[in-house]
Amino acid sequence: MSDPILKVTDLSRNFDGIKAVSDLSFVVQPGEIKAVIGPNGAGKSTLFNMIAGVTPPSSGEIHFQGQRIDALPTAKRAEMGIARTFQNLQIFPEMTVLENVMAGRHMSGDIGMMRAILRLPATVAEERRISAEAMELLGRFGLKGLATTRAGDLSFGQSKILELARALACDPTLLLLDEPAAGLPHAEADEMSRVIRELNAGGMTVVLVEHNMRMVMSISHDILVLNNGQWIAEGDAKHVSTHPDVLAAYLGEEEDA
Amino acid sequence: MKADPPTPRRFRLSPDMIGLIALWLMMSLVPFVAPNYYIVSLVTMGLINLMLIASLNLLMGYGGQISLSHAGFFGLGAYVSGVLNAKFGISPWIGLPSAAIVAGLGAFAIGLPTLRLKGHYLSMATLGWNAILVVLFNQLVDVTGGPNGLLGVEPFNFFGIDLASEVYALPLVLVISFIVMVGILNLLRSRMGRALRAVATNEIGADAIGIDSFRTKIAFFAVSAGIAGLAGSVYVHVNMYASPETFAVSQSILLIVMVAIGGAGAFWGPVLGAMVYTLLPQIFADLHDAELLAFGVGMLVVLIFFPRGLAGIPAAIRNLKTKGQAR
Repeated sequence: MSDPILKVTDLSRNFDGIKAVSDLSFVVQPGEIKAVIGPNGAGKSTLFNMIAGVTPPSSGEIHFQGQRIDALPTAKRAEMGIARTFQNLQIFPEMTVLENVMAGRHMSGDIGMMRAILRLPATVAEERRISAEAMELLGRFGLKGLATTRAGDLSFGQSKILELARALACDPTLLLLDEPAAGLPHAEADEMSRVIRELNAGGMTVVLVEHNMRMVMSISHDILVLNNGQWIAEGDAKHVSTHPDVLAAYLGEEEDA
Repeated sequence: MKADPPTPRRFRLSPDMIGLIALWLMMSLVPFVAPNYYIVSLVTMGLINLMLIASLNLLMGYGGQISLSHAGFFGLGAYVSGVLNAKFGISPWIGLPSAAIVAGLGAFAIGLPTLRLKGHYLSMATLGWNAILVVLFNQLVDVTGGPNGLLGVEPFNFFGIDLASEVYALPLVLVISFIVMVGILNLLRSRMGRALRAVATNEIGADAIGIDSFRTKIAFFAVSAGIAGLAGSVYVHVNMYASPETFAVSQSILLIVMVAIGGAGAFWGPVLGAMVYTLLPQIFADLHDAELLAFGVGMLVVLIFFPRGLAGIPAAIRNLKTKGQAR
């Protein structure tokens, strides 16, 4: 087996004495789709936010492609190749659909303040390249016809696809998807599954947090199950869906509900 | 402002650029058709105000950051350039870039601790900064001339011709303000402008795609203050005098109002804002104390009926029309 692309070691996060994530360790191999599941409050979001750089860990380490990243700012991690989507969408509503994806191509450019002000031939050339590349991405996701639409005017499903396109515009090596199917009707969720599988077939490593078991079971190579911030099981769909601790955790939640 | 379509094509000017060229050509004809010098001087002052309001619109309208010291940066530029000239005999041509650089560095220093934090820390810090600047302009009497103002500032000299008075300075002010407006337009149409607008609406989303929101904000704050400083230098050499009260916090607040009235986040907003800012005091001069009242009422009327400012009126009318047709 090759070196893991992401390595989480003894990771913990406390919120006012409550351990949201405690002593969690796991690895993600390049080219795999890994799902993180668990009942509500299991620590999935906290874990995700620590990998993406939104929440600093209380202790433990995160390594990405062999480099330690747990103290780096979010933008720096994005630069290294970690892109993400959000459970509660974080698009730029006032910009057009095309501009949103062009913003995602930001890191591919190198025009700074001075060259932007002077609008040199290189500046114009870069704008055209970024615009063309963004347009191509929109084409791939069937959003081309909406290029000049205000992003805030898109439907929920379209916004989710746009956010995914924007994340891919960063040319990531690791894609973090925070509940990609949440809020989508069946057909659109299946379409999202198809898109994720297709990306993965192209070599993309994907880590997702998801409640939609249909999606999780159908696309994941490996599933990590958390409960109360702790590792309880890890393996393929068959392994975790029959694991007694997993069943107990989910049954427990149903009893509470 | 929409992004250009990606189809490769030959060099073509954008509508905004054509608008700028047309408007500046028209203004350059004013001295030949205006009935008196007073009108010409209004254009000159209006263009200086435009640079100031446009720089604030860049920061506030597009970047979502409120600076309560743009009059302060304007004053800093005026005093840097004015003092260098009046006390040390340094040419206004050197004072001009120096003013921009000092104001930009000032902004950088304020932004360093405050822009890392989310929220309105920049507004609070700039409020204090403007107040400190006014105290310094007043108290450093040996350097600034204190409350009596800075005297003995020379005009720009263009190959032996003194550009004294607003009338002779108009061509130079036209050129400088044109460059500033084109620069702002270019900036907005670039990857940096997109980053600024991204950070303004959603810092979390911007950081996630590798746009460092702190660096973006501080860079634009410095550029914005630099333009205000540049405008201050132009002002002091056209006016040949500077006095502390011109740069008070109340003026900074008025500038924010002008950005809003013109249309925050609209490229042409500052042109309208600068017209209001320059002309209204002239029109209301006879009203004395009622000037402020009239100003306030007018401001409320504009912002209640046109929340997107004067620049938003055409769009508001278009909306009304399409709604009318729908019925």
